[in-house]
Amino acid sequence: MKQLKLSKSLGLLMLTGASLISFPLLAQSEMAQKSSAKMQPQGGDAPKDARDPHAYSAGTTLTEGPYVLEGNERLTLADEHPFYALLGDRLEYNEQANAGVFDLQAWYGTTFDRLVVKTEGDFSEGSLEENQTDILWGHAVSAYWDTQAGVRLDYNKEGENRQWLAFGLQGLAPYWFELDMTAYVGERGSTAFTLEAEYELLLTQKLIIQPRAEITLYGKNDKQNELGSGLSSSAIGFRVRYEFTRQFAPYIGVEWSNKFGSTADYATSSGQSSNNTAFVAGIKFWF
Amino acid sequence: MGFKKSSQQVSTPRRRFVQGLIAGGVLAAFPSVLHAASSLVAGTITGTVPELSGEVIDLVIDESPVNFTGVIRMATTINGSIPAPTLRLKEGDDVTIRVTNKLSVPSSIHWHGIILPYQMDGVPGISFKGIMPGETFIYKFKLQQSGTYWYHSHSGFQEMTGMYGALIIEPRENDIISADNEHVIQLSDWTDDDPMALFRKLKVQSDVFNFNQPTVPEFFDDVSSSSISNALQRRKMWNQMRMNPTDLADLSASAMTFLMNGSTPMANWRGLFKVGEKLRLRFINGSSNSFFDVRIPELKLTVVQADGQNVEPVTVDEFRFGPGETYDVIVEPKNDAYTIFAQSMDRSGYAKGTLSTAPNIDAPIPALDPVEWLTMTDMMGNMTHGGEHSAMAGMSGMNSKKMDHSAMGHGAMAMDHSKHGMSENPLAVASSKVRHAKTEYGASVDMRVDMPRTNLDDPGIGLRKNGRRVLTLADLHSLEGITNQQEPEAEIELHLTGNMERYSWSFDGLEFGKSTPVHMKHNQRLRVILQNDTMMTHPMHLHGMWSDLENEQGDVQVRRHTIPVQPAQRISFLTTPHDVGRWAWHCHLLFHMDAGMFREVVVS
Repeated sequence: MKQLKLSKSLGLLMLTGASLISFPLLAQSEMAQKSSAKMQPQGGDAPKDARDPHAYSAGTTLTEGPYVLEGNERLTLADEHPFYALLGDRLEYNEQANAGVFDLQAWYGTTFDRLVVKTEGDFSEGSLEENQTDILWGHAVSAYWDTQAGVRLDYNKEGENRQWLAFGLQGLAPYWFELDMTAYVGERGSTAFTLEAEYELLLTQKLIIQPRAEITLYGKNDKQNELGSGLSSSAIGFRVRYEFTRQFAPYIGVEWSNKFGSTADYATSSGQSSNNTAFVAGIKFWF
Repeated sequence: MGFKKSSQQVSTPRRRFVQGLIAGGVLAAFPSVLHAASSLVAGTITGTVPELSGEVIDLVIDESPVNFTGVIRMATTINGSIPAPTLRLKEGDDVTIRVTNKLSVPSSIHWHGIILPYQMDGVPGISFKGIMPGETFIYKFKLQQSGTYWYHSHSGFQEMTGMYGALIIEPRENDIISADNEHVIQLSDWTDDDPMALFRKLKVQSDVFNFNQPTVPEFFDDVSSSSISNALQRRKMWNQMRMNPTDLADLSASAMTFLMNGSTPMANWRGLFKVGEKLRLRFINGSSNSFFDVRIPELKLTVVQADGQNVEPVTVDEFRFGPGETYDVIVEPKNDAYTIFAQSMDRSGYAKGTLSTAPNIDAPIPALDPVEWLTMTDMMGNMTHGGEHSAMAGMSGMNSKKMDHSAMGHGAMAMDHSKHGMSENPLAVASSKVRHAKTEYGASVDMRVDMPRTNLDDPGIGLRKNGRRVLTLADLHSLEGITNQQEPEAEIELHLTGNMERYSWSFDGLEFGKSTPVHMKHNQRLRVILQNDTMMTHPMHLHGMWSDLENEQGDVQVRRHTIPVQPAQRISFLTTPHDVGRWAWHCHLLFHMDAGMFREVVVS
């Protein structure tokens, strides 16, 4: 991850592109490096002499060949059925501030190809302040990683709305780190990159600590939305949740958010703080 | 470093582990939901179910209400009982079984382990179109075998909601197994939820029903009882590979209630005996997704039949069996009462019943065994010699020297035995060279085993060194039946694969929908090698022909219709496809089957 030196002159897109590629490769190659080429229990490329999985078919298929059922009503199983999920990672509301955040993800599709929608935003006093929605095609590329490609739509109540093309990777890195990283290309050569990482520590089967970190980078200044180029913001925190069921868990936690560089400057000049510590409470759910 | 995964601590009682109702599934009047045409007057019959015999049998598939947990649910039943009626037929008979479907969806019945024409095998989309709502399908076949078998729906998840029953075929001649009395003991699992809803949950979060996951306190327990480096080392491989060492069952007692003859543990199915009697117990695992470890404390079990085929009697304390398998055991009870105890493989719950001399005597119920972590042997196979303990050294302990050594030992063993076979046939013993399929390198496969274990004498995780004599595949030797001692003319190798995180299961990394059939030449003796590249045990059921299990020396040992393949194990069996047609071949864990661990077989 040497590339992650923050130099504006390098061009942020290249940087994010490189990190996008290197992250999963790192994950993939980890096992390979530790074992010899022959002994690789996960991932990797098939050797040239790998077995053909259709070698025993003698030309038959599920719908062709001897004794095939008339009418082509072949058996279909759940591997050919679509499934869906709605996952609410963070739903937080602070009564005193009369403000909150939401962070939801939904998918619909098969095991390897899915429509993925992610939406994250802040609201206060009953109205939406900011929202970022990614609409993506998720495609499984390895045992634990999905590529994601699509668009991102930003809503900024006090700034300008933005549209981006999105290219991302979401998956599970060795040691159970859940990673979600996306590079964006916007209008007039603007670029952005976000990285989210989560981890879980089980105190019991139901009481779980979840550390979480998020960073955002931008390739160009965006004055209207008060975003500066380079490392723009970070949020690091942890949440402690109690899973009444595996699908419903209230949590409390603390989060430290920081703004950097020009983004911090924008914040200070408009009278806001560039660092913030917040105690949070919310629910995590899925169905 | 991962604190996430850990330990061998004694499991605490599972939340929502449902002991069930004393009344079991027997309902009082429930007329409003009953179909007028149903043979039932009230609810679903459970417990010891009616027996049907003769050459012509009528079965009716319908919905009927059950109440196992305090909640009324509709089950899919055959002749209104769970289990379905026990069919007691006679070897050599030409039977006609008329099956009427009164459901609103297509249905089917598969005769598990029965040799018959493929059109009678009852797999919709392969052997026939299924039985449409309102239709009657007439099954006709000649019974060419005897023993304990079972029958169940092969449509959707109907089997899981009540469609399973015992099928007993009495031998034409005298039964070589003598007993004064007998009981059929059918184990199963019940869910109040829609099975598809459970399946979808696993698709979203595959460990959603696992309440024995490693925790942080367990890590610190390990640190204090051993050392920090040992505690880390013990977790290293699991965490690197993103595998869960307590991934022993997909559906635990948090989703399932375990039944013995359709009775919850509270309902306590009872089989009566007279002191001094020799009892034959016909155990059938008719569950959808549960391996059971069965024992009767204070009683020795003499296993005399496996999958309906007589075996050299072997006396044990306990046996494990997966969905689809059957074992007949002889017991000679001396006390007044015994508990038949069948704990689920993941130790989240149990099914139980009682053997007693009178209806009011019970025996103590044993505690569930502690949950054990899967070992490196389960994950990596034959890479280490000393089994689980030396394996704990983890990946770093597996230096190249050690691997070479075990590889050599392995190869040498295979060579010795080909000599022992005194044959030039290169197929005298199963090839030991691991050949992964091209499609095992993609997103559908989360691990591959390069040094599988081939020994059959492992009782499996949770049963090793438990102080009891536990049956293993190595103990089973067919008494008769494997008359075909031909050597195989061809060999095929298939790997059992999966991705737990995505909840995808397959052969060779290809789920059923992406697969092509396995072609077998009619009447050609064939060796099938199954290598398990996953961390779960898969009961593999090949329809339409026998699976004659070989040991690692290439000696044919026992005739089965369902062979459990343990994690990182490579087994082989011989088969002679004596009946043409299309057949199903799948893992009998219903959810694995439906997720895609299923192949079609074409015999022509």
